[in-house]
Amino acid sequence: MIDKTVPSVADAVQEIHDGATVMVGGFGEAGSPVELIHALIDQGASDLTVINNNTGSGEVGLAALINAGRVKKMICSYPRSRNSTVFPDLYRSNKIELELVPQGTLAERIRAGGAGIPGFYTPASVGTPLAEGKELRSFEGKDFVLEHGLRADFALLKAKCGDRYGNLIYNKTARNFSPLMAMAGSTTIVQVAEIVHAGGIDPEHVITPGIFVQQVVRVPNPAHESQLVRDGVTYP
Amino acid sequence: MTSPIGLDREQMAQRVALDIPDGSYVNLGIGIPELVAKYVPEGREFIYHTENGLLGMGPSPEEGQGEPELINAGKRQVTALPGAAYFHHADSFSMIRGGHLDLCVLGALQVAKNGDLANWSTGGPDAIPAVGGAMDLVAGVKQIFVVTQHCTKKGEPKLVDACTFPLTGVGVVSRIYTDLAVIDVTPEGLRVVELSPGVDFAYVQERTGTELLPAATDC
Repeated sequence: MIDKTVPSVADAVQEIHDGATVMVGGFGEAGSPVELIHALIDQGASDLTVINNNTGSGEVGLAALINAGRVKKMICSYPRSRNSTVFPDLYRSNKIELELVPQGTLAERIRAGGAGIPGFYTPASVGTPLAEGKELRSFEGKDFVLEHGLRADFALLKAKCGDRYGNLIYNKTARNFSPLMAMAGSTTIVQVAEIVHAGGIDPEHVITPGIFVQQVVRVPNPAHESQLVRDGVTYP
Repeated sequence: MTSPIGLDREQMAQRVALDIPDGSYVNLGIGIPELVAKYVPEGREFIYHTENGLLGMGPSPEEGQGEPELINAGKRQVTALPGAAYFHHADSFSMIRGGHLDLCVLGALQVAKNGDLANWSTGGPDAIPAVGGAMDLVAGVKQIFVVTQHCTKKGEPKLVDACTFPLTGVGVVSRIYTDLAVIDVTPEGLRVVELSPGVDFAYVQERTGTELLPAATDC
């Protein structure tokens, strides 16, 4: 019988090794798998390359992972936000690497990686510093820049609901990068607020089909980053 | 020096809204562009896209009614109107790059006379570079409007011969709305098409870092 559910977030993250590349779902706090990230901090893996749109806020979730010194490189589109000081401080003191990628290019690189497409041409960033050193090619008289697909050893995601096959539905704008990262992660680990029986999600409503998911762990009342920051919580 | 005359931020947003055709799919940037949504002219319907994954974005929720997972690209809580749709980022940027959005309204650090836009980084040594979706938007949306103060807080012109800040896109801006004027980017350069009340052409030219063309007289 196929059953991708695991008992705890600690079990879910135990295989993540030093030096791993980890995609983390979320745009700002929407879709951020806070409990999985905290379990990863407890687990201790370091020297990580993390792919996320941002770099977290306060000293919880992704910002806490960075603050704990576990991340050697961030690949993201917007590494500063309100309440975001951890990454900017480390970056200014040259203690963390940054690969800055336009947001749509980041999404498409992840989608392509998961879809078996090694590279693609996009019009975004042509003529800007972010296209420097990259191959340009003209199609019908217009220039495009070559970008490469991205894959990861692990993807840590948050969804609203899942089943034992790993079928997922998300919550509102928390969907963002997660369906793409689910495809691009070799091991995709998802925290869901609710686990339903097989068939509990209408097949017409499945957003991420279970084939892209390896582990599902139930986190019934996930924390919201903004609430933790307001409450003055820091992790660990 | 801030201009003592001209439009305020709300009036600038209102002026932009007047030029948006009924039925447009629109993406609004952060800052003054966000205010445009308050001024939809009567009888028109616009559908707002926010690149983090929502088409049919509504206004901010009432105090205490918001949801942390229903936000806009500026990470502020918003609402979803009846008929809205959620989607993932690859779909969202397919709408953008694929030319499906009619209009994007953005802020600017600098705009050059050929429509080059700089709005993501000052390139300073201590700046944390952050680009978000701006480069995708200017590369793919059918029409790019800029709404901005005519000058910086220090009184330096934002409309220039050539941008000195890192570019967001090359030749992408079609129209600029400032507190002082509405200006079109044309093959000949920047053409003033409308002056704000109480502002004359010479006043705008003095505060502009490139030569302005007067409005064509035959229109």
